[in-house]
Amino acid sequence: AMLSSTAFADPHPDAELIIEGELHIATRAEPPEHLGGVLPEIYSGWLFRTDETRELQMDDFDNPGMLFAERGEDRWELAEGTANQSCADCHGDVESMAGVRAVMPKVNENGELWSMQNYINNCRTERMGADAWGWNSEPMKDVTSLISLQSRGMPVAVKIDGEAAEFWEKGREMYYTRFGQLELSCANCHEDNWGRMIRADHLSQGMSNGFPTYRLKNASIVPLHQRFRGCIRDTRGESFAEGSQEFRELELYVSSRGLGLPVEGISVRQ
Amino acid sequence: MTRRSLSAACAATAVIWGGATFAEISPADIVWEDEIAIPASLSGTPGDPVAGAVTVSSRSAGNCLSCHQNTAMPEHDFQGNIGPSLDGSGARWSEAELRGIVANAKRVFPESMMPVFYNDNPEDYIRPGEAYTARAYNPETFSTLLTAQQVEDVVAYLMTLTDW
Ligand code: HEC
Ligand code: HEC
Ligand code: HEC
Repeated sequence: AMLSSTAFADPHPDAELIIEGELHIATRAEPPEHLGGVLPEIYSGWLFRTDETRELQMDDFDNPGMLFAERGEDRWELAEGTANQSCADCHGDVESMAGVRAVMPKVNENGELWSMQNYINNCRTERMGADAWGWNSEPMKDVTSLISLQSRGMPVAVKIDGEAAEFWEKGREMYYTRFGQLELSCANCHEDNWGRMIRADHLSQGMSNGFPTYRLKNASIVPLHQRFRGCIRDTRGESFAEGSQEFRELELYVSSRGLGLPVEGISVRQ
Repeated sequence: MTRRSLSAACAATAVIWGGATFAEISPADIVWEDEIAIPASLSGTPGDPVAGAVTVSSRSAGNCLSCHQNTAMPEHDFQGNIGPSLDGSGARWSEAELRGIVANAKRVFPESMMPVFYNDNPEDYIRPGEAYTARAYNPETFSTLLTAQQVEDVVAYLMTLTDW
């Protein structure tokens, strides 16, 4: 085996993400100011994947995540609950959700930091009189995939000041905390060592703009909090729960590191 | 004798095995020299370089190759490049220094990304888990990442890496 370290280093130098030969999605951007120069440029995780994996995302027919969004369309129209209403009854065409994914998570009118899943479940329980969907459940994956797709190509634009500031600070603190028996922080892998190999894995900058992601290894959509759980597990650490306050704060902070990178809607990763 | 080494001498567990007496040194009782080296064997049994090579490469043991390249192990694909290559470690470092690095790299390289392989105190960690389950650790079973003998074996293996 060739073990030259430079052979593995860095994201793909010039690959361009163009979907169906027409929709151009930037995978490189100027780093947000709050990063204070710790990253020279910000990169989508797409640039760190193999040719084969990258190609799957360039064609909606090949992208297995699109099947989830398709199922999401049926769910969007399905009347449920004591109110016997569907998402479409109130929100109309799902295109009305354009831009929503790009600003999640965000502070709601009661001052709480909510992820998209929280907004959806609030509609289900408070407005439809239906059961909440589990964070990693199939219907939640389907509908979040569909809604995210409406923001495809729109730059991540989470708000981090005002009421969001205290949540953002906590997320930032978590990002630099060395969890678990291996004492590894998110920054150890994704800020200090992106571009390097950790065994067979090519480390990206751990950006969240591609989520929800279709992960080949799981053969399913992987929501962002499930990815967080996997990364903390790999530190031999005790994870937080998907949907927890901690993970929503981390979601806000991680999203803010990718401010300016376009939402990929449903990305494909290995 | 310093207070540290005195308590170490008293606390070293005596293991009677096959008539011989070995003193296994627990993590809290390690005696350091020059802050970065551990002169005394942790297990009392000489390290076995062949077993050490297995520990270095095995994902479920040292998993050292997740971060280090080692040209002496071309049969193992996917060697990481987070840390420096292991080539020549046996020439660059003394046995006592390698024992220090493998047992507690953070003492030798402050803030290092390299894990501490010989510490069994869960209180030194933030949210330690039960191995790779993402669940909370079990106080009954929480242990060092490598046993005293595995540390000795790995050190014996690293001592054979003199080319670079
Ligand atoms: C031990 C190393 C390690 C640590 C620590 C770690 N990760 Fe990761 N992470 C990985 C690997 C490996 C991958 C898969 C390859 C890649 O995209 O980097 C990954 C992927 C990700 C992704 C998906 C990127 C994409 O484009 O699909 C995100 C987001 C992420 N990590 C966030 C985090 C956060 C937040 C933390 C801290 C809670 C964290 N990681 C801690 C190793 C790590
Ligand atoms: C009875 C009416 C009603 C139904 C049914 C309904 N919603 Fe809503 N939804 C609202 C209202 C009102 C709001 C808050 C105002 C707004 O942002 O549009 C909202 C907000 C949201 C938001 C947050 C939008 C934002 O920009 O903050 C999402 C996401 C959402 N709904 C998804 C869904 C989904 C998915 C379904 C079906 C499973 C659904 N809604 C069903 C009325 C409804
Ligand atoms: C998570 C990453 C990681 C793992 C796992 C890891 N190391 Fe390291 N190691 C490092 C880094 C980074 C350094 C460089 C020291 C520093 O932090 O400045 C290092 C340094 C070393 C050195 C000194 C290298 C030199 O400069 O000559 C040796 C020897 C070593 N490691 C051996 C091991 C062994 C043996 C294992 C497994 C039992 C192991 N490492 C596991 C990251 C790691």
